[in-house]
Amino acid sequence: MNVFSFFKTRSSAPVARERLQILLAHERVALGPANLVAILRDELLATIAKHVEIDPEALKIKMDHAGAVSTLEIDVEIPTEKIAAKRAQREPARAATR
Amino acid sequence: MSKVVVVTSGKGGVGKTTTTASLGAALAKTGQRVCVVDFDVGLRNLDLVMGAERRVVYDLINVAQGDIKLSQALIRDKRIDTLNLLAASQTRDKDALTEAGVERVIGELRGAFDWIFCDSPAGIERGATLAMRFADEAVVVTNPEVSSVRDSDRIIGLLDSKTLRAEQGQRMEKQLLLTRFDPSRATRGEMLHVDDVLDILSIPLLGIIPESEDILRASNLGAPITLNGSTSEAARSYEHAARRLAGETVPMLFPSEKKSFLNRILGRRAA
Repeated sequence: MNVFSFFKTRSSAPVARERLQILLAHERVALGPANLVAILRDELLATIAKHVEIDPEALKIKMDHAGAVSTLEIDVEIPTEKIAAKRAQREPARAATR
Repeated sequence: MSKVVVVTSGKGGVGKTTTTASLGAALAKTGQRVCVVDFDVGLRNLDLVMGAERRVVYDLINVAQGDIKLSQALIRDKRIDTLNLLAASQTRDKDALTEAGVERVIGELRGAFDWIFCDSPAGIERGATLAMRFADEAVVVTNPEVSSVRDSDRIIGLLDSKTLRAEQGQRMEKQLLLTRFDPSRATRGEMLHVDDVLDILSIPLLGIIPESEDILRASNLGAPITLNGSTSEAARSYEHAARRLAGETVPMLFPSEKKSFLNRILGRRAA
């Protein structure tokens, strides 16, 4: 410790703020609505499966938090042939009712 | 209509009990019927802070288990007769508190009071989850310090998931009470500032309580700071916070910096 360190401003608050922001961004994902994400995932899969056959791995769901808003990102991959098959199934049915 | 407010924080020693007593007393002074309930089974302290430690006969667990009537366990404050205390048990195990028992007690309290303040124990275990379980809104007590902010964030998560309101899909209103705030240290960048904490926790601000020797004096005397005639900034901040809680619009006062004579001359940091 020298004579100058006495006068040096010790601003540790910005460090505290940054550390907290990084830490909480992780903890909110890990501890927060992890359960909610799992529930949403299961229900979304069930809903989609009622209409189109999909691989459970093809549903990617992610929750993010930024300030006061949380966003839910849902990414579903459905092979084109599955959609085509579904349409083919439905078309004759529709034709019959006419 | 009665309101059940949980005073919670996650971390211990940030001022939950002081806040419960101060807000409760401030509202009782305005004629509102108030009951403050200690949920810290085994480590009760609200009785001491309220100056009623020698008057506790029955407690929350006795009532929750149906051994006695609520009216037998309520301790009426000697200074303000609209202020009542329901103490925690000091000898029982915290597992003696059941959800059904607490639900019944809170239901009965709703019938008798305008405000019910649930003083939560530290931590996130049974006592803390039961204290928040049936609350309508929450006061999150936080110190401008990293561990307190982190724990408050965790508690906010629990308030949004484990309370009855949250489970019913209703909004759980949460407000931040920043306690032990030292404006000069914050100005010098040695302490997290109000905006930093608000930014990180993103819940509305109920009040800022400056660090004050009058708070310690109040608990020494067993007289909540809003009851003992204190004219300190901390007392006024608690009064204002209570009025905001009751729905009044009160401008937020930023605590003023206090400098000692010597520090003023030297222009350097205090303590």
